[in-house]
Amino acid sequence: MGSGMSGPTFNIDNGYLEGLVRGFKNGILTKNDYLNLVQCETLEDLKVHLQSTDYGTFLANEPGPLAVSVIDDKLRNKLVLEFQHLRNHSVEPLSTFLDYITYSYMIDNIVLLITGTLHQRSISELAPKCHPLGKFEQMEAIGAISTPAELYNTIIVDTPLAAFFLDCIFVQDLDEMNIEIIRNTLYKNYLEDFHAFCSGLGGITADVMCEILAFEADRRAIIITINSFGTELTKDDRAKLFPRCGRLHPEGLAALARAVDYDQVRAVADYYAEYKVLFEGAGNNPGDKTLEDKLFEHEVKLNVNSFLQQFHFGIFYSYVKLKEQEVRNVIWISECVAQRHRTKIDNYIPIY
Amino acid sequence: MGSENIISIHSQVISSIVIFLLVLTGLFFLLSDQGYRFDVGWLLLAIPPHAWAFVGVGLSISLSVVGAATGIYITGTSIIGGAVKAPRIKTKNLISIIFCEAVAIYGIIMSIVTANMVEDYDPLTVSAKQMRQNVFGGFSIFGAGLTVGLSNLFCGVCVGVVGSGAALSDAANPALFVKILIIEIFASAIGLFGVIVGILQSSNASIAPGAST
Repeated sequence: MGSGMSGPTFNIDNGYLEGLVRGFKNGILTKNDYLNLVQCETLEDLKVHLQSTDYGTFLANEPGPLAVSVIDDKLRNKLVLEFQHLRNHSVEPLSTFLDYITYSYMIDNIVLLITGTLHQRSISELAPKCHPLGKFEQMEAIGAISTPAELYNTIIVDTPLAAFFLDCIFVQDLDEMNIEIIRNTLYKNYLEDFHAFCSGLGGITADVMCEILAFEADRRAIIITINSFGTELTKDDRAKLFPRCGRLHPEGLAALARAVDYDQVRAVADYYAEYKVLFEGAGNNPGDKTLEDKLFEHEVKLNVNSFLQQFHFGIFYSYVKLKEQEVRNVIWISECVAQRHRTKIDNYIPIY
Repeated sequence: MGSENIISIHSQVISSIVIFLLVLTGLFFLLSDQGYRFDVGWLLLAIPPHAWAFVGVGLSISLSVVGAATGIYITGTSIIGGAVKAPRIKTKNLISIIFCEAVAIYGIIMSIVTANMVEDYDPLTVSAKQMRQNVFGGFSIFGAGLTVGLSNLFCGVCVGVVGSGAALSDAANPALFVKILIIEIFASAIGLFGVIVGILQSSNASIAPGAST
């Protein structure tokens, strides 16, 4: 674990990939690019503006009138190609680190396939909707699943997610609520495992990644709490879904488990200086940013800061997250342009 | 995680056993009034001056090369990675590689200069005065070699790390390169300090047969 992690020895295995990722990061859209995109009238204008950025002519061969879903697919494909190039060239421990990044997409894919199967959709319809970074074998075998135990035995046990699934076997049957519980339990186990892995790596990677993952854990706890108001999720069940690798553990999580409305959640967050700032100024009035937006902004800030240090793995994780945010931004702007509903077009989250 | 613990416990057990045996041996010599047999001074003088001198020459070149090599690979991989998306950095950043190479050149100059001060002598016919000169020469060449080698080792690593930062920031913003080059020049200077001290140490050294008695 110690090899390749300190300053002078990091570059033996990872120097080329670090240089490459920083090159990719330099191509992330800046505020000026977004200002140009916001002024587009049609999707064709958008395509022309994107040609002068790092994306180049990625839409050049698309037939017919552009649709937002096509732009979405192509934007995501670029990220997938770059990530797979990085993964193919990496060695341990970077390759395990990159695999951990893909597990979150695998979790999303599994939940998407189960939900789709419950609603009687066919696998061939669902397979293209899966995120390519989270592909695993046996994806097609999800069609015959009816209980979590079967799900585990036929599919999950061969994937790297097997260790995360152990708490979920006790869920009785697969309905809407229980699928969300499975998703959140898987994600909680994944986050805690990833956090432990990064702490084990030590050095600058641990410093950078543990901070980012702690914020991710706290953000999920807050969002789960707020979304569970008015549903049938009991407080005990809710407490079992909170990842414990964040700053809120243990007192904050206990208080969140007892909260019954938004103001109590805000009171819990007031004890933590970074989160207090996020709740101030967040609201649902027009002109305010929503809480989700402020959480995204904070995440972007943490990810941008991880590029300030050299010789650590955090830049790979941050690059993936920042590119995802960029895709979300461009798709938001494209939707506003396509529907000609420009009032909220400035609600993207600027990165640089 | 479990296997890592087993390995570290293993190495802790072995190292404590070794330390225990060494302490036991030392106490035995001390308490049985045989402390004089552990004679460091005798050891230093009994090693022939040739051995000291040539180990010094070897250290000077080999540690310098380790430092230069570490520096070159640290910088080189960053230049290659950064040049994929920003090809213009390729030629300018070779300056960092040249700075690292200079460190190895200091080492080889020192080793050639000091190796030329050593000649063979016959220990049976050499005069006592010449023998003192030879012993002095052996120690001073060893000291000079160690000085130059270690200082070039760390200088090379330092220039390499700074050069890597220079390449990556040049890829992001071309205006930064010249400023970071100034940092590299300072980093290079510390290797030069080692060479100066090494020359001072070995300037009066020689190992020679001398006039026969």
